[in-house]
Amino acid sequence: MNTGTKDHAELAGIFNKDEDRVNWHDETLWWIRAKRDKIVHQLPEWEALRETASKIKFNVLGNMDTYLMEFEAAAKANGVTVHWAADAKEHNEIVHKLIAEQGVTQMVKSKSMLTEECHLNEYLATHGIEVIDSDLGERIVQLAGEPPSHIVLPCIHKKKEEIGDLFHMHLGTPSNMADPQFLTETARGSLRETFLTRKVALTGVNFAVAETGEFVVCTNEGNADMGAHLAKVHIACMGIEKLIPKREHLGVFLRLLTRSATGQPQTTYSSHFAKPRAGQEMHIVLVDNGRSVQLGREDFRNSLKCIRCGACMNTCPVYRRSGGHSYHTAVAGPIGSILAPNLDMKKYADLPFASTLCGSCSNVCPVKIDIHDQLYKWRQVLVKEGYAPTGKKIAMQVMAKTLASPTMYHAAGKMGRLTIKYAPFAVSNKLNPWYKERDMPSAPKESFGEWYAKNRK
Amino acid sequence: MSSREKILAAVGQNKIKEEMPIPDIAPFEQIAYDDPIAQYETVLGNIGGKAHRVKSYEDIKAILAEKYDGRTQRVISLLPDLVDITSTGSVYEVNPEAHQLADVELAVIGAHFGVAENGSVWVTEELLGHRAVPFICQHLAAVISADQIIDTMHRAYIRIADGKYGFGTFIAGPSKTADIEQSLVLGAHGPRSMTVFIME
Ligand code: SF4
Repeated sequence: MNTGTKDHAELAGIFNKDEDRVNWHDETLWWIRAKRDKIVHQLPEWEALRETASKIKFNVLGNMDTYLMEFEAAAKANGVTVHWAADAKEHNEIVHKLIAEQGVTQMVKSKSMLTEECHLNEYLATHGIEVIDSDLGERIVQLAGEPPSHIVLPCIHKKKEEIGDLFHMHLGTPSNMADPQFLTETARGSLRETFLTRKVALTGVNFAVAETGEFVVCTNEGNADMGAHLAKVHIACMGIEKLIPKREHLGVFLRLLTRSATGQPQTTYSSHFAKPRAGQEMHIVLVDNGRSVQLGREDFRNSLKCIRCGACMNTCPVYRRSGGHSYHTAVAGPIGSILAPNLDMKKYADLPFASTLCGSCSNVCPVKIDIHDQLYKWRQVLVKEGYAPTGKKIAMQVMAKTLASPTMYHAAGKMGRLTIKYAPFAVSNKLNPWYKERDMPSAPKESFGEWYAKNRK
Repeated sequence: MSSREKILAAVGQNKIKEEMPIPDIAPFEQIAYDDPIAQYETVLGNIGGKAHRVKSYEDIKAILAEKYDGRTQRVISLLPDLVDITSTGSVYEVNPEAHQLADVELAVIGAHFGVAENGSVWVTEELLGHRAVPFICQHLAAVISADQIIDTMHRAYIRIADGKYGFGTFIAGPSKTADIEQSLVLGAHGPRSMTVFIME
């Protein structure tokens, strides 16, 4: 997304202009969070499952090279072609080459946040290849010319009337038609045509099994399957962290994934692709793009355990009230704010600050990533490396000096109270980043220090 | 250096050095329901599907005949016992050209087993004729045997741990989406309905 140089706070400011929409966004996501709670409470073993999933992923992070080779060998033996891509550019080139080999200029794609991360659609467009996203939510944002705002619910920021207008413009539905059933039916018809005519289909990967060389793709719509089973060539793109050791471990992860994501017991389709069908070509692209670097950052490597359920976004009070686009990165929300600075510290220095550090994200994470701790640690790294957002940087330098000296602290406290009392505009203004979207407190008459001095016996 | 070598080298260098054995998942395999069939029916209903307990293939034919007519609609079956209701009067013959499945109204398939905790059935491609069958049809029906309903996904994977398949999938209810303002719509790209016959 081209957001120019705007940071999270500015982008959130744009989203916050429409208060009704903010409230609606907030409530919708909280409703999904509540559905998650309800279904999670039906499993007494939930905490044990999370712990187990986290440990399995820990094992993967300690044996990733071995598992990658094991997976590669098994996949090859299954008749699948395996490709390796060091970065986004190489990933895009590999996909492009595979499409070009078929002599076609169109491809159907099912949801893959990795391809968003790599900006595959834009890259292919510049090479004259049209990509049609087949997940309904992704198709909607694609028609709108926007990136997804949520990893599981790509168009959660859009009202049905806006979707109706998009469909009216692009798919010829009657104007002012916003009925979800009708709109879905229209998309179904139009995409069916696409599925039946595309030679190349691309899907993401939810889990890949080192032992067997198979990979699992989960969807509710069945779009990944419609694409893959009807196309002559199936390309599956996966980050190298998606591996798990054995098939039996899928039980743990599939039980956690959808319950955390949407409060469903399981996705409608959990498809296990091991071998190409007769006459079909199957390709897997293993993508690093910064993951091996993150693996070496001890404080942040746990973020590679993420199974992309979106639970941390649904529960995050900042995400819910600022919208996914304010994060200006493919994976928004708490986990995205950990992953993005790994790719580019300067560009994403604002994101670890887009959190209240309330810990709600860590509480819901099905693989027990210490999300809020990592956000806190990123802040320290970014400040030390000189990448902190400027407004907060200056304020924090002043604060550090003040807190280091008792005399200055008391003087500052007194001044602060006088300022809020007599010159509130000096605090409640745009230059104070802590004032944005908040009411500043009114000041007490005396400080605790002054009160204590007077009242101690 | 190729990207493969580069990635493997970087991963090898940066990986966690601490040992963390794969945790034991055996305790989860003990989880069971008092009445897995009842659990299965409830969950399938909650996710938009429908379960019928039946005693014979005749029961299935009677139920399907209420809604589908193989003479006016394309009905296919992968089960020899149900060929009477199909459009051709025979078991679906595999045609590698999947596009000829585009007009299937109802597809009837067998399934290896059902999973009580999530209302799904496990199928592999041998049961499907073509991998596209359970996705491209407008309506899907599956037949499982009542003693093949297992409790959880952990037990499901005990069943298929060493299984050989080119493609297999858990299907849990009809295709669905809630992408438009979270309103649930059945029939996104795949079947609009999913019926599971539990043969007692
Ligand atoms: S960090 Fe955890 S909660 Fe957030 S998307 Fe990843 S797995 Fe889900």
